[in-house]
Amino acid sequence: MAKPKATGQPMKTQQEQKKEVAKAYEKYANQFTPKPNYFLNSLKAFIVGGLICTGALIIQNNFIGGGMSKDDASTFVTIILICTAQLLTGFGLFDTIAKFAGAGVIVPITGFANSMVSPAIEYKKEGIVLGVGSKLFSLAGPVLVCGISIATLIGLIYWLTGLF
Amino acid sequence: MAENKLGKQTFIFKNRPKITSACSIVGVKEGQGPLNKWFDMILEEDTFGEKTWEKSESKMLKEAILVALQKSGKNKTEIDVLLCGDLLNQLMSSSFTARDMHIPFIGLYGACSAMTENLLMSSVLVDGDYASNIIAGASSHYCTAERQFRMPLEHGNQRPPSAQWTATAAGVMVITTGKKYESNSPFLKLDDSANLKPPKRICITHGTIGKIIDTGMKDANQMGAAMAPAAVDTILNHFADTGFEPGHYDVILTGDLGLIGKQIAIDLLVDAGFPKEVLDNCYDDCGTMLFDEEQDVHSGASGCGCSASVLSGYVYKKMLQGDINRVLILSTGALLAKISPFQGESIPGIAHAISLEAY
Repeated sequence: MAKPKATGQPMKTQQEQKKEVAKAYEKYANQFTPKPNYFLNSLKAFIVGGLICTGALIIQNNFIGGGMSKDDASTFVTIILICTAQLLTGFGLFDTIAKFAGAGVIVPITGFANSMVSPAIEYKKEGIVLGVGSKLFSLAGPVLVCGISIATLIGLIYWLTGLF
Repeated sequence: MAENKLGKQTFIFKNRPKITSACSIVGVKEGQGPLNKWFDMILEEDTFGEKTWEKSESKMLKEAILVALQKSGKNKTEIDVLLCGDLLNQLMSSSFTARDMHIPFIGLYGACSAMTENLLMSSVLVDGDYASNIIAGASSHYCTAERQFRMPLEHGNQRPPSAQWTATAAGVMVITTGKKYESNSPFLKLDDSANLKPPKRICITHGTIGKIIDTGMKDANQMGAAMAPAAVDTILNHFADTGFEPGHYDVILTGDLGLIGKQIAIDLLVDAGFPKEVLDNCYDDCGTMLFDEEQDVHSGASGCGCSASVLSGYVYKKMLQGDINRVLILSTGALLAKISPFQGESIPGIAHAISLEAY
């Protein structure tokens, strides 16, 4: 492990020394830690995510071609994506796919659906109200908070810039 | 200095408490691993027929206690104390197991260091003549640990290469006073003249209580690296306190440092002066032994049940057979709380050592 050098600097506080040790140890431990294959993981995520979005677009175009309005078609496609993710989560397949694809299934709305269904399944044992009810948004909550907050902020900015 | 204390952290158990019997129960995945033939029972399903994961873990622990008791040939009424530990909040698994046992109960929390922590305290009680028979055990379950510490089971999160897999396992031992020995070993051997050799007795000789060592590591996916220095500290103190030679033990086992923590521990021990040849011959980690590489558990197993089942299954039986004579086993624990990482706290590690001898 790295030993502190005698450099003639003033004595560091215990906090600072602790931080130094922590940093040095983390660097040391990283030597033994295998690095994930970032390129391969990104490629897998890109391909799977792309396929999901392409598939969704094909379905949407088919709906529009069949006479549905664009808004209705995109709503139905969203519903299909969410329902598929929910079913796959329920059957225990989503986590297997996500292990391979990572962000490719988490970033689209499928990830959001999974983040709500998985706690719902998990906490069913604690009852409908205090189990499922309170834990349903345990993972999705931060997404909603950030999303709504940023959207409000951007809306305000648009409104302000629209005044001038 | 207290009479039964050696050096700074070690106890010597002069009456040599005996391990009369042991039982190990593991889950499905562990039952497919390289040590599967050493365990007493492998579950067909991780639910063990129960409605909640917590009940499954309790049932595993209870079953292990009952089987160990039966193997010891003792009655439940002869057991003076039950010492159990697990990973769950408020020791849910242990407490709910103990309520069915009607044995005076002490629950000990040490995270994954529960097994040797329990064995240590059991040895103190038995050696000090406060109890004649004690049941000590620990359990963990992948599903209960994930639920409590990490994400819901069906959530699609990716585990980094340094992550470890909480073992679904329970290990229990019956410790009896060294003053009166009864053998229940099923392993009888013939010596060179074809005479029946007396069965091996296994006793606990020393115990070293570990100190908490906090490396400042905050990543909860780097448990092995966070706990390794604590294990090294306990090992070095144990040898300093007892004065044993580095080659004294046939096997030195850490509980669940995993592949990364194991390499760090070897590196730190060698740096501290421990001979590398000795480590290469005798040192291993239960977390790296429990699963095969093909089982894709990344850095290895973790959990109280990991060291508990390997000790109660593999090590215990190997000692009875006479393949191993002296073992130093350290269960390693990460004493973080559920909320401490969110508050920016690092992970404190601890390791308690127990030394066993077969003779």
